[in-house]
Amino acid sequence: MSIRVQAVDEFYPRDPRDHPPALAPDYKSSLLRAPRHALVALQHSLSEITGPVFHGEELGSLDHDLTRNYARQGSPIGERLIVHGFVRDQNGRPAANTLMEIWQANAGGRYRHRQDQYLAPIDPNFGGCGRALTDENGYYFFRTVKPGPYPWRNRANDWRPAHIHFSLSGAAYAQRLITQMYFEGDPLIAGCPIARSIQDEEQLRGLIAQLDRRTTVPFDSLAYRFDIVLRGRRATLFENRVQTPQEAS
Amino acid sequence: MNPFPFPHPPHMLRETASQTAGPYVHIGLAPQQAGFDVYRNPIGASLLADGLEGQPIVLSGLVLDGAGAPVRDALLEIWQADAHGRYAGPEAAGFRGWARACTDFDKGSYRIDTIKPGRVMGRDGRWMAPHINVWLVARGINLGLHTRIYFADEAEANAVDPVLSLIDGEGRLQTLLARPEGAGDEWVYRFDIHLQGERETVFFEL
Repeated sequence: MSIRVQAVDEFYPRDPRDHPPALAPDYKSSLLRAPRHALVALQHSLSEITGPVFHGEELGSLDHDLTRNYARQGSPIGERLIVHGFVRDQNGRPAANTLMEIWQANAGGRYRHRQDQYLAPIDPNFGGCGRALTDENGYYFFRTVKPGPYPWRNRANDWRPAHIHFSLSGAAYAQRLITQMYFEGDPLIAGCPIARSIQDEEQLRGLIAQLDRRTTVPFDSLAYRFDIVLRGRRATLFENRVQTPQEAS
Repeated sequence: MNPFPFPHPPHMLRETASQTAGPYVHIGLAPQQAGFDVYRNPIGASLLADGLEGQPIVLSGLVLDGAGAPVRDALLEIWQADAHGRYAGPEAAGFRGWARACTDFDKGSYRIDTIKPGRVMGRDGRWMAPHINVWLVARGINLGLHTRIYFADEAEANAVDPVLSLIDGEGRLQTLLARPEGAGDEWVYRFDIHLQGERETVFFEL
């Protein structure tokens, strides 16, 4: 087999100011789950700049519609919403074909999860998860109902603001990201230890979806706009000889 | 608060901030473990496929917190090369190279069925030892943690691995080695992940 020379793009390093620190004492669960050693910095190899590829035909036609993908006898109860936006990289390029997976509580703030014991009831017509692939412009949309806030065991009277969890696979292992989307105007955001673990105001604002009246469907659904930025690739290249294992032996 | 006059180049967007996956991550990423079915085709439950070349192996272990208690709500994903050291793509068609698993709600243990990867070329023409990239999230983890699984029975390859050579101290290096364990017909590697404490696993900044 021939020896190839391949130029491979690295990603911009993550800026720690863009993210919450591992140890955020007001968020009590982080105390025993944050590493105490410094992370070991890696220069990127093929292991970091490649990632799994997903195909549209792997998804069902209702996977992105949480108002219908678990409906048994009717529609879920709650405020009908469209959540949509663009996923880009740090260079502003569309992040196409990115697997997005979301999950959330129902309108009462209750999760369909065997560990959730909150007294608000389960909605028989609401599962609470959805998934989609971004299109060639990095665009995505989901239909859902607005999740309710809920209490959690942190400090004695902590309540999470309404939020939707977002998971993005990106195009490479190094871009993998999980975050949460909040709603414009929610007064619980300011006091939430998880939201406030982000120490940069601008970065926290970036997680707050804005009411989008132009996309709102009259007599049907309100719309919120939530754009996401994944890590971008550097313009500089390094050269990497790629061989087959047989050549090495 | 920010000591730098021009902290972010104006032409570059800032990466969206991470937030914890929380305790109910299973709903979105592994609904069956949350206790319900919603998708006809769950993605990521298994890496094995018919006709896949290579030695099938089982990765299993515990995730533990700083008090030594099992983390029973963690989610792990792996990303690896095929048996010939090729990542998924045109050269490794039909191979996804990716899977996810959750720790169980009782013991905090996980299990992933996969194949042993081949060696992949690293930077500057140096071969990396066979390894599996691991990404871990859970309640209490604000930004997903990256680590690598190497194999204790690949001592020769591990000795020249460019990433393992970055790690100070034999004890820390040992935290990245999965150990073969006899378990009947299966080829099992044991890999515990310690989030904090004396045996804290090495985590990487990518």
